[in-house]
Amino acid sequence: MTRLGMWGVFVALLVPFGIAAAPALTGTVVQSSVNVTAIVMFMIFVGATLGITYWASKRTRSASDFYTAGGGITGMQNGLAIAGDFMSAASFLGISGLVFATGYDGLIYSIGFLVGWPVIMFLMAEQIRNLGKFTFADVTSYRFGQTEIRTMAAVSSLVVVAFYLIAQMVGAGKLIQLLFGLEYWIAVVSVGLLMMTYVIFGGMTATTWVQIIKAVLLLSGATFMAGAALAVFNFSPEEMFRQAVEISPVGDAIMGPGSLVKDPVNAISLGLALMFGTAGLPHILMRFFTVPNAKEARKSVFYATGFIGYFYILTFIIGFAAIVLLSQNPQFFKPEALAADGSVIKDQLITGLSGGTNMVAINLAEAVGGNLFLGFISAVAFATILAVVAGLTLAGASAISHDLYANVIARGRSNETTEIRVSRIATLALGVLAIALGIAFESQNVAFMVGLAFAIAASANFPVLVASIFWSKMTTRGAMIGGFAGLFSAVGLTIVSKAVWGDVLGFTAVNAEGVAVPVGLIPLDNPAIISIPIAFFCIWLFSILDSSERSKIDRAAYAAQRIRCETGIGAEGAASH
Amino acid sequence: MKQHTVDAIAAHPRYRELIRARKRFAWTLTAAILIIYYGFILVIAFEPAWLAIPVAEGWTMTVGMPVGILIILGAFILTGIYVARANGQFDRLTKEIQEAFQ
Repeated sequence: MTRLGMWGVFVALLVPFGIAAAPALTGTVVQSSVNVTAIVMFMIFVGATLGITYWASKRTRSASDFYTAGGGITGMQNGLAIAGDFMSAASFLGISGLVFATGYDGLIYSIGFLVGWPVIMFLMAEQIRNLGKFTFADVTSYRFGQTEIRTMAAVSSLVVVAFYLIAQMVGAGKLIQLLFGLEYWIAVVSVGLLMMTYVIFGGMTATTWVQIIKAVLLLSGATFMAGAALAVFNFSPEEMFRQAVEISPVGDAIMGPGSLVKDPVNAISLGLALMFGTAGLPHILMRFFTVPNAKEARKSVFYATGFIGYFYILTFIIGFAAIVLLSQNPQFFKPEALAADGSVIKDQLITGLSGGTNMVAINLAEAVGGNLFLGFISAVAFATILAVVAGLTLAGASAISHDLYANVIARGRSNETTEIRVSRIATLALGVLAIALGIAFESQNVAFMVGLAFAIAASANFPVLVASIFWSKMTTRGAMIGGFAGLFSAVGLTIVSKAVWGDVLGFTAVNAEGVAVPVGLIPLDNPAIISIPIAFFCIWLFSILDSSERSKIDRAAYAAQRIRCETGIGAEGAASH
Repeated sequence: MKQHTVDAIAAHPRYRELIRARKRFAWTLTAAILIIYYGFILVIAFEPAWLAIPVAEGWTMTVGMPVGILIILGAFILTGIYVARANGQFDRLTKEIQEAFQ
């Protein structure tokens, strides 16, 4: 079996957001022995979700059933599903590992993920619900030329989904290899097949319920783990911090900001991508169409924000407690990290962990709950990946069937049956593609991909969405050029950044110590601070310069759009009288 | 929607009241979360030592810990404030408009 560079696992889960500088990048991962408890627990999860898929398939008849679960999801359920989309294996394992390695920086990082939600609440959730039907392109194309705007939105959605999906598939393969002792390709193929089954047969109903179950399991597991860990310190955070500082190789540096956010421009750029990218992710936006009305839409964001915030507080406790608790368990460390008396050498606490810092939460599960709980948490981590890729694939398939096929190719004249069939074929195609790319990218550096997905969502989808809702003077031409400008500038700037230019393409420069290190053409890790303003500027410029016949229609239609947006009059699934 | 209905709703006093109130409220809350978050990022960039000060003499816990947790709670509370007002005042106005025109 191949031995994987630890960076492989690490980047697949973490570096996407540009935290490659974190320690614990050394060492190798050996495929672990087959974990029977974890596999049994996972089989139970798979059995239950296939049962749900069967039940959902009986209820999935219309296009509305397939894309939006018939609009019958409550605010609370949708809040859990949204939180589930956000609490990926990357955030659970990655952020607890980051807290373990750097302390406070892990908290800074998770705050960046959370603060996008209030913005979605105040500016988008209800508006999207009132204006759209199945995809967010319904909203951005509401008063504009369908062909242009839907094509643009579908292209940027598919690009976002593709990058996100590759990163998830590669991460899934490596994580499952580590947790279950399965071979990489078996892991990737089984994730792909299960995900296709959920989406093709159960549509959004199955996808949503898989996500809800996983969210409940993950929140319960993390709650138990954080509680059991805190109990060791008599539920005193101060005591936990005190012991952690004593044990950590970097001492009290873990109690304040470290190297993660050194440079304000990069920090703000990452913050912009995280904050506004969240508000432009197609698989998240799609969830607002699964609730019956604006009131449930806003309730979903309220619950989702609460669950996600709670989850980040748990991962913070888990990471800090692990500094103390894992140091008392030498079995989690490589032999070279142990002193003659069998204790962990202080300097080796972070770098010497076998499996790297991504294994912090998994190891802590074993430390506080034994083998059974370890199996549970491993199964939940697998379930997490499965649920997230199912949501992504459904969003991608909807962009193909609803936006490209039904509204661009068939120009709104297709029937529902054909549209659903196209959607299922698209799911199959995307699933096969995801498996193929997952295998093809096994040993590639996919570090930049999730960061890029967030940057594109923030630079192409978000500006067009906000301007279409709030700016009466935007025109079809302005929206299309602005959207593509955001997409291309985000991709282009990422290519010349260190993550691709240096780490993937291999360009290096000699640093002050005379060592060749990977470099980028620009000193920016995330393009958002440039690409978001470019998108807004192009939207503005090409809209005000637009005096075409189409532009008159676009502007004249704003008043009616605004009324539906604000009051829900005429909205899909609005309460009938 | 017919053009005369659009004009009638757009001119309706309840509708004017709704869009004015929601616009001010939503953008104020948006500004609040942006100021909180980017204020935090700027402190990290320019005054990181402040967050590393112990909360009290002899403590290990630093100022940054409660600040971080408060930002998480703050994000949740701000969404709650929006929901409370939207479920009350905004939904009442919306209902009046819907009843007048549907």
